[in-house]
Amino acid sequence: MKKFWRKLVKNKLFFLTFVFFFTTLSAQEKSIDQNQIFKNLRCLVCQGQSISDSNSDFAQTVKLVVNDLIEEGKTEEEIYSFMAEKYGDWIIYRPQLNKQNFMLWFLPYAFLIGGGLIIFYLIRKKREKA
Amino acid sequence: MQRLIKSTITIIFIFIIIIFYISLGKENNYDTVNLVGKKIDSIELQSFNDEKIVNTKSFKDNNFTLINFWASWCGPCRAEHPILMNLKESRSLMLVGVNFKDKKKNAKNFLDDLGNPYDILLKDENGKKSIIFGIYGIPESILLNKELVVIEKFVGPLAKEDYEKILEEIGEK
Repeated sequence: MKKFWRKLVKNKLFFLTFVFFFTTLSAQEKSIDQNQIFKNLRCLVCQGQSISDSNSDFAQTVKLVVNDLIEEGKTEEEIYSFMAEKYGDWIIYRPQLNKQNFMLWFLPYAFLIGGGLIIFYLIRKKREKA
Repeated sequence: MQRLIKSTITIIFIFIIIIFYISLGKENNYDTVNLVGKKIDSIELQSFNDEKIVNTKSFKDNNFTLINFWASWCGPCRAEHPILMNLKESRSLMLVGVNFKDKKKNAKNFLDDLGNPYDILLKDENGKKSIIFGIYGIPESILLNKELVVIEKFVGPLAKEDYEKILEEIGEK
């Protein structure tokens, strides 16, 4: 009987710990950092400033709209899509992958792999000679 | 192999030069090209004179609609006003004015002094609705067709050339 209770307590503890971590993780996933969004949106009427840095009228209004969208339950990606739809990709500092910019995303990897292959080949050739 | 490395480096160098050439010649300012041809959302705005709510869907009744964002405190809005007064004469164009972040009294005085060109007058007190329209400063105007698709977007005050362009778009020229 003692064994049974010990096992139950152990299992319960395990279960509670699991629930705690799971809820914390899912809460983290759900919560949106509005400052992160403001930092990733460009102030279109300023010189090189994000919405977060700017006190312009435009930036203040965008902040209100972003807050409304967060309250409506929109995800970070949905908010960026919404703003890009209205103002074009230019408003997002970290643009989403699309037909126009796919080279920008994949070329560094292509260069890295290509460069790696060249280095690998050169080293092998040098070893063979030695 | 030596030849391959040399040609790879040359290709990368030429590629970088092309990228710089294209990028440096590109206009980095915000443009509205990608908004033209898109259908506008269903947006609700409050009437300027009363509590009535007007939905953009109701603009479908008109062949063409020009939504003009303005404010009494905006100098360029005063400059474009004669053009709006001329557009008022157009039969197939519905003029919708959206008073942007303004004081009602000042806006009324503005229209009393210069004339009211708008068929429908609405207001956007906090500017949030204007963001949904893709507006970033005033004055700005959006020309819509019957399907509520943006035909043209005018950033800044309407000039004589814009007036001609609008008449051309609505087939009154």
